[in-house]
Amino acid sequence: MNTRKEFKSPVGGALVDPAKQSMMLAALYIAQEQNGYLTEEAIEQVAKRLGMTPGDVYSTASFYSLFRMKPVGRYVIQVCEGISCYLNDGAERVADYVSKKLGIKLGETTPDGRFTLETVQCLASCGTAPAMRVNDQLYENLSPAIIDDILERLMGEV
Amino acid sequence: MTNWEPILLANVNRPNSEKIETYMRYGGYEALRKALKMTPDQVTAEVKLSELRGRGGAGFPTGVKWGFMPKDAPVKYLAVNTDEGEPGTFKDRLIVERDPHTILEGVIIAAYAIGAHRAFVYIRGEFFLGVKRWIKAISDAYQKGFLGKNILGSGFDLDVSVHRGAGAYICGEETAMIESLEGKRGVPRKKPPFPAQKGLLGQPTIVQNCETLANVPHIILRGGRWYASIGTEKSRGMKIFCVSGNVNSPGNFELPLGTPLKEIIYEHAGGVRRGRDIKAIIPGGSSTPFLTAEKINTPMGFETLQAAGSALGTGAIIVMDETTDMVEVVRHVTRFYVHESCGYCFPCRIGGKRMLSSLEKLAGGKGSMRDIEDLEYVAKGMYGRTFCPLGTGMAEPVLSALRLFRPEFEKKTTKN
Ligand SMILES: Cc1cc2nc3c(=O)[nH]c(=O)nc-3n(C[C@H](O)[C@H](O)[C@H](O)COP(=O)(O)O)c2cc1C
Ligand code: SF4
Ligand code: FES
Repeated sequence: MNTRKEFKSPVGGALVDPAKQSMMLAALYIAQEQNGYLTEEAIEQVAKRLGMTPGDVYSTASFYSLFRMKPVGRYVIQVCEGISCYLNDGAERVADYVSKKLGIKLGETTPDGRFTLETVQCLASCGTAPAMRVNDQLYENLSPAIIDDILERLMGEV
Repeated sequence: MTNWEPILLANVNRPNSEKIETYMRYGGYEALRKALKMTPDQVTAEVKLSELRGRGGAGFPTGVKWGFMPKDAPVKYLAVNTDEGEPGTFKDRLIVERDPHTILEGVIIAAYAIGAHRAFVYIRGEFFLGVKRWIKAISDAYQKGFLGKNILGSGFDLDVSVHRGAGAYICGEETAMIESLEGKRGVPRKKPPFPAQKGLLGQPTIVQNCETLANVPHIILRGGRWYASIGTEKSRGMKIFCVSGNVNSPGNFELPLGTPLKEIIYEHAGGVRRGRDIKAIIPGGSSTPFLTAEKINTPMGFETLQAAGSALGTGAIIVMDETTDMVEVVRHVTRFYVHESCGYCFPCRIGGKRMLSSLEKLAGGKGSMRDIEDLEYVAKGMYGRTFCPLGTGMAEPVLSALRLFRPEFEKKTTKN
């Protein structure tokens, strides 16, 4: 086991049940689905189900970049800022292009709540760089024309 | 060229390559039938004979690792590492999306050899298609009787489940992955005890990379001796090389270990774009040191790359042409590691930020010679002194760039 001291959180006098705790990431994904981010209530719900404190749950959730603590747009655009994308006219160049097009900076959401722009680490698409992700969809071999197409399609979506 | 044919990527370009029917039409699951007629020890012995080494980056001999599994432990686990995140690496995603059964057959055989009745697939949260493909492959394998109780009448039981990570590169490190599977923050554990002694939920656990496992069925079918006849003295078998950067035809190329860098870049990846010269090559993913163009004849093997001053790592070759700004390259790579540091030990947590701030100053034309000195001082201080290999892997490219391309850093300084 660990040499680091393990802090067990006593809930109702009982220790954390490892079998329950191992459901944490799956539970957080489900909790996040409802609002696109983890609300305070969602964290409390997860804590209750897993027999832990909300603080324990928050501590774990905040470690992982795919769990969000703030609302995001309907489409979250994640531009890869990795080295192979950089070498293929990507990374900052793609992020800048999208940023100008949408009129928002990195980390921001458009006022209509449609798009959030973020960067992401290497997406394992380095052979088809530059790459970005929009929600569940991966886009590769990006060029300005392809990005225009993607954004226009998403802008038109009802 | 030596005689070779692809084994790991043999199916990926077939229509419907991800389906169990396609996999079985081309001989899939025959190795499992054969393995289940052998004893677990015989399977392990065959893998030892093959001299297969891990393809996840560390290169540990696979059969030897299986041999560490305590024989008398009542509960044992296998964890399948699909967390692929090392910049430049895109091979595991390809196999999982296009031919998941080639890994799954290896999973079942490995579990049989080590006596595990539970296997956990840990997959990167960003791999949406990969998650779907893993789940479909596993449920189809249950239907065909390759998973579940009494597999193919052998008396061997195995259940496999899929677990999504959530955006943390460090969770590819085996002990951090175990923490994450337990529902915790992905902070690495101290080794020893190694996972094979005390891993997931305190039970002996073997962690194995996808590409490593994909080799196993072929070793069982054709024998460890056959496998060991491919490659060089210390680097046996086939390897997927991921080539990216400034090349004409980037992609995954499956070749024997020991294939020279030059052949991979010029014959398989189409050479350098616009016919330019090469300035630098990262041979094994972004935590391996740079090589300069004069090392182009180096064979891609564990021992040969080490002798050339770098490492095989994940076999991810990133090519940088003569126009590349090396300060920018190092800034991008460092930014990645700073972002992915788990924050547990201070040399990595603080040192990374400090190196990045020097690099940002230099890249922005606002740096001085002092920033270069500071960069080197911090990188040297971190190297080999971090709790897990991530921090040392962050110092490695910085030190290697300063060793090989220092004048480029100096040219960027404005004042002294
Ligand atoms: C920071 C860090 C990240 C890692 N990421 C991965 C990864 O994404 N995939 C992987 O297979 N191994 C990764 N590894 C290596 C694993 O710790 C482990 O050695 C490997 O999964 C063992 O499998 P193998 O022997 O089949 O290579 C990583 C190691 C470190 C230090
Ligand atoms: S080296 Fe970095 S990633 Fe590894 S334990 Fe220390 S802080 Fe965490
Ligand atoms: S660097 Fe962008 S996908 Fe790998």
